[in-house]
Amino acid sequence: MPMTSALRRTARYLVLVTLALIFVAPLAWMVVTSLKDYPDAQRIPPSWLPDPVSGYGYEQILNSSANPVLRWFLNSMLAATLHALLVLVTAAMAGYALARLRFRGRKVGFALIVATLFVPPTSLIIPNFLVVDSIGWIDTLAVVVVPGAASAFGVFFLRQFFLSLPRELEEAAVLDGANQWQTFVRVVLPLSKPALATLAVLSFLTNWNDFLWPIFVLFSPEQLTLPPGLGLLQGAYVTDYPVIMAGAVLASVPVLVLFVLAQRYVIQGVSRSGLKG
Amino acid sequence: MADVIEAGAARTDAPPPAGRPYRAGGSGRFTPYLFLAPYLLIFGVFGLLPVVLGVWLSLHQWDFQLPNRPFVGLDNYAELFSADSVVYADWWQAVRATAIFTVASVPLLVTVPLGLALLLNRAFPGRTFFRAVYFAPYVLGVAVIGVLWRFLLDANLGLVNRVAGVFGLPADTPWLTGMPWAWISLVGVTVWWTCGFNAVIYLAGLQDISPELYEAATMDGAGTWDKFRNVTLPGLRPVLLFVVTTTVLASANMFGQSFLITQGAPGTETRTVVWYIVQEGLRDNDAGRAAAMSVVFALLLALVSVANFRLFRYRED
Repeated sequence: MPMTSALRRTARYLVLVTLALIFVAPLAWMVVTSLKDYPDAQRIPPSWLPDPVSGYGYEQILNSSANPVLRWFLNSMLAATLHALLVLVTAAMAGYALARLRFRGRKVGFALIVATLFVPPTSLIIPNFLVVDSIGWIDTLAVVVVPGAASAFGVFFLRQFFLSLPRELEEAAVLDGANQWQTFVRVVLPLSKPALATLAVLSFLTNWNDFLWPIFVLFSPEQLTLPPGLGLLQGAYVTDYPVIMAGAVLASVPVLVLFVLAQRYVIQGVSRSGLKG
Repeated sequence: MADVIEAGAARTDAPPPAGRPYRAGGSGRFTPYLFLAPYLLIFGVFGLLPVVLGVWLSLHQWDFQLPNRPFVGLDNYAELFSADSVVYADWWQAVRATAIFTVASVPLLVTVPLGLALLLNRAFPGRTFFRAVYFAPYVLGVAVIGVLWRFLLDANLGLVNRVAGVFGLPADTPWLTGMPWAWISLVGVTVWWTCGFNAVIYLAGLQDISPELYEAATMDGAGTWDKFRNVTLPGLRPVLLFVVTTTVLASANMFGQSFLITQGAPGTETRTVVWYIVQEGLRDNDAGRAAAMSVVFALLLALVSVANFRLFRYRED
């Protein structure tokens, strides 16, 4: 029955494309609006395309001294990069110890880390404020880089991956006289590039997008990252939407580019979370 | 994202493959601890210490501005349950808002992504592309989607009412300020934002179901619906448990959407528990009270998770 199967295929693509429009149209509207000037964006009903195409929104955010958006962008970039690196180093080392090394307290330590998975991070936000306050980290870069790295996810994720590696290669390295550290750095890590890339990308995304913690612990305009900055822009510009949308575009582009480039890692990380590495 | 991913790790903690951990040569007995040290330092200070500190705080009247922070026993907890306290009305309004959002959003966030996953489950040209498009909003943070949808749902200048007008629907719906519109907006945006995430998890689960089961069902004369009920759903049970649990937690922890999109409106009706805790903890300088709320909130969520597990366990028998 070629007729019906062709019909079904057409129907399938019709549904797929309609859905795609629902997901993409709001993002397209964000870009369109960021290119309008103020009077154009105030039209009721709104115009479908910018008329004229204007750099107004971007000029506003790049030249505003009250809202140093470029500075927020750099802060976010720096924080997310450092955070991803910190997670990689700490989680890889701990994950390796838990996967391959034998030591006293291994089970207790593991159980403790598991237990914290059941504590919602939002419920720790108040006491964590006290902790970062007492070490003088409020309103600094460190406060958005370090505390989030206490997450157990990376450790689990890499532990599972290391367990899936063939043990023979590590044993061969030991026979060649390598110690545990050398085995880890020269044999295990090079074999783990896909898992490390996945964790790095996910950690970067999480940190880049984090909103609740930064609005809680960052105050000075020049210390903000982009998400709390966007909240500030919204408060300052209210219905001056080209400006707010320009800020939103700036916050979206890096993660969307990263997603396009590293799609495989993101999707694998989400769907398998270590089941198959 | 962090919440969901963290919870995801629980699912993937499969039993380790056979073989004991070994002690390699050429290293001291402290080596394993050195490997663990960097993580344990961060974990101890920002993961464990706050748990203890949170409980301790909740037993005190803790004003950041004042030097004197007296021990008050369970007073902070009692306040949450006594109708004549200052926080009672607001606290329960926040609990109610969180409950409404969770009850309204979870069924959609469990079923809509399943539909998407079924649609994407067979091989066809462009499959990877569509999967990426459906997932894309999730890559953006709540701040971006928050300010974006505040604008899209603006009653006068927004795209949503504009499009509604084109289709001959009312073009003046108060999405951000009226009831039940505010809830519809918050749930709708959250579905739009995160359904790609659950869809990807479902897809992985669907691909783990053996094709032979479907073939056998076809041989037995099963129709599409029978196959869905008797092969797909049972095959997805572990994934379903994971999705339901993480989605309930994510919805119960909702904050950014109502903070940025409805800004609590109308009144403070869409102010959630997390928002209220943060507000009490900072603006009103009462960390003890906020800590007590956090503890109660964490216990409530733990209860819900346990109930979830039991429900699915029970069905399995």
